[in-house]
Amino acid sequence: MIAELGAFALALALALSILQTGLSAAGRARRSPVLAGAAQGAALAAAGAVALSFAALIHAFVVSDFSVSNVAANSHTDKPMLYKVAGAWGSHEGSLLLWCLVLTVFGGALARARGLPFGLKASAVATQGALGSLFLAFAVFTSSPFTRLDPAPLQGASLNPLLQDPALAVHPPLLYAGYVGFSVCFSLAVAALIEGRAQTAFWPAWGRWVRPWALASWALLTVGITLGSFWAYYELGWGGWWFWDPVENASFMPWLAGAALLHSAVVTERRGALAGWTVFLALLAFTFSMLGAFLVRSGVLTSVHAFAVDPQRGLMLLAILGVTAGAAFALFAWRAPQLKGGGLFAPVSREGALVLNNLFLTAAAATVLLGTLYPLILEAVSGATISVGPPYFAATFVPLMTVAFLILPAGPLLAWKRGDLTGAMQRLAVAAGLSVAFALLAYALWEPRKALAAAGIGLGAWLILGALAEVAERARLFRVSGPETLRRLKALPLGAWGMSLAHLGLGVFILGAVVETGFKAETARALSIGQSLSAGPWTVTLDDVRVIEGPNYLAEQGRLTVRATDGRGRATPVKAERRFFPAGGQTTTEVGLDFRGLDDVYVVIGERAGTPDRPAWVVRLYWNPWARLIFLGPMIMALGGLLSLLDRRLRLGVGARRRTTA
Amino acid sequence: MRRLAILLAAPLLALMLTAAEPAAAPDRPLSDPAQEARAQALFEDVRCVVCQHEAIADSPAGVAGDMRRLIREQIAAGASDQAVRRDLVRRFGDYVLFTPPVRVGTWLLWFGPLLLVVLAGAVLGLRARRSTTEVAPLSPEEEDRLADILRNEKLRRDPDATSPHDGR
Repeated sequence: MIAELGAFALALALALSILQTGLSAAGRARRSPVLAGAAQGAALAAAGAVALSFAALIHAFVVSDFSVSNVAANSHTDKPMLYKVAGAWGSHEGSLLLWCLVLTVFGGALARARGLPFGLKASAVATQGALGSLFLAFAVFTSSPFTRLDPAPLQGASLNPLLQDPALAVHPPLLYAGYVGFSVCFSLAVAALIEGRAQTAFWPAWGRWVRPWALASWALLTVGITLGSFWAYYELGWGGWWFWDPVENASFMPWLAGAALLHSAVVTERRGALAGWTVFLALLAFTFSMLGAFLVRSGVLTSVHAFAVDPQRGLMLLAILGVTAGAAFALFAWRAPQLKGGGLFAPVSREGALVLNNLFLTAAAATVLLGTLYPLILEAVSGATISVGPPYFAATFVPLMTVAFLILPAGPLLAWKRGDLTGAMQRLAVAAGLSVAFALLAYALWEPRKALAAAGIGLGAWLILGALAEVAERARLFRVSGPETLRRLKALPLGAWGMSLAHLGLGVFILGAVVETGFKAETARALSIGQSLSAGPWTVTLDDVRVIEGPNYLAEQGRLTVRATDGRGRATPVKAERRFFPAGGQTTTEVGLDFRGLDDVYVVIGERAGTPDRPAWVVRLYWNPWARLIFLGPMIMALGGLLSLLDRRLRLGVGARRRTTA
Repeated sequence: MRRLAILLAAPLLALMLTAAEPAAAPDRPLSDPAQEARAQALFEDVRCVVCQHEAIADSPAGVAGDMRRLIREQIAAGASDQAVRRDLVRRFGDYVLFTPPVRVGTWLLWFGPLLLVVLAGAVLGLRARRSTTEVAPLSPEEEDRLADILRNEKLRRDPDATSPHDGR
């Protein structure tokens, strides 16, 4: 009964979304606040209906209602409650419902947004409604999670045990909030193109309206991707955290486009310049999100994360992508030449630096796109099969980003319109000198000697010190008195803190990624009880292996002790497991992780080896130096995004008032 | 009851844990560390042919273990990295390497990013040049108006001048 209610609410949401589109468009055409207001009501109601539908699905999972085929295929009575709930978004149908939920909730928030001019808002609400209608129609007609099974099975097939993990339980909601949040930027961009404001005063205001949505989506996407990466790191048991897997790339492309959008929107907001380009990026970010959905769900990619879904649904998604992106970019091509941004600027200026940022971020996104789609296209065209993996991205993506990072710290120190490059370089001299010193020191001291890794350490330090130098510059550190510096720091807008923090987080990430990639060590050997194995400065001893019983699995649990090879410091016990899930017949590994400062000592216990009278287990030991920073850095970046989002200027129209009087 | 279940299941579990995958013989690292390092570097670039986008360095699959052993044997026999790669491509096709080959069909893949940056940079450079030349010199009337504005500005900046907003 509740499942039928869910299916009904989903169909109702589709009707409401169509109504929202129609009413809002009519309200815009007739300049009728009543119609537009009704459309906003429909948007809120659609969000409510999808939320109800989603609640019904979660209910079916919580009570293990196996007469619902989606529950039967993805749940099991023995599963812990967290994973029963998370099972609701563990399948194609459920995660599509989550996608629709985020889409309509953001649509509802857009309908409630204040301060937007009538026409722009009506057009944006109509566009968001159209997006909602398309995806809800896809869900209702091809992918309803509420289909019943008759007769109902007594037990479910359970969720893929790899996905039964706390990080992965919350990873999809965050990821989707980020992906789909860009839909509002998309709608605002389409609305801006429809309204086609030629007057220059329009664009700074539009930049200010679109920026909070971009910031929120980007920050959520950052956390979502990081959690996913952390999950891959400790759940797959391969010691790696980013594989340039097509599905990872699918989530990375909207992130890169979103990052470019954030920066470009700043220029549009402050200076009214780059209006067309910002609109383009706003369209691009959500287009990449939809492309990702298509790639992951159509089965065209082979990936660890892909939902195995029939090509029929893939074609439908491709059609949705084609219609929405096609229409939006056609509108862009038609209207863009008429977009008049203001704000001339010299090549050396804050705007110029942000243009460079956009150049490199977009080129990086294009590189990821190329690397992800090229094998598909090449195979379709010539039948040749190739693999594009980490070495390709190391040769293309990494140099692009390196150049961008070299320029980055100078950007915030340049003035708008016309910057003083020499002055900026002087103010960065200390940071630059220290970074070079760090790189040289790393090269001299860190065995084995690696020039590239040392240079990478210098680059990470450059970003961190550059961010600090920028804050110091704003506070006039050492040039005014201590209390005056403090006063200036307190007066800094949250947006400035957010920017510096995000850039600093990037540097932290680079340090972690470079050191981990350059200096990690790995060994593997079959160990009997009492034997040891070393990697880098660490040694583990296999103390004991026993069979244990989990809620829905059986496991061989290895108990090991980690100690420094030179005998200094404490010895820590770690547990590594190899789990067997009888419900699906799968085995997974539970990595034993010992956090040592910034380093991870990472232990995986593998299959049984050795003879029956002297059993042994294949133990793999990884030393991942500074791995902590890889996951800490992006979290700092997301925090920076959050701080910027809380900035008063974005919440109140302070900036707008100042500009209109100027 | 549960205890009994686990007792009964334990041998079954041991069997299934070993049977779940075709038991890959445990890796035997090469005795020469330099050779082993070369082998490890190659493992990162070789795709496990039955897996989903995994390098044989990471994959627990039996085939990956066989491929690792094959590569180690070749390196121990004195084959160069190039020779090992060539042999792998001969056996499995280009698909087996994560580094795509550079040939006509993949030029766009390899040089596309650089091309994009160069083209975009050229466009930006041209636009920057045009926008600086586009600023036309002021007409005489405009010059006069500018001079007017500047004079007023100077007056307002005068420290003795009163602010227009102080009510006097």
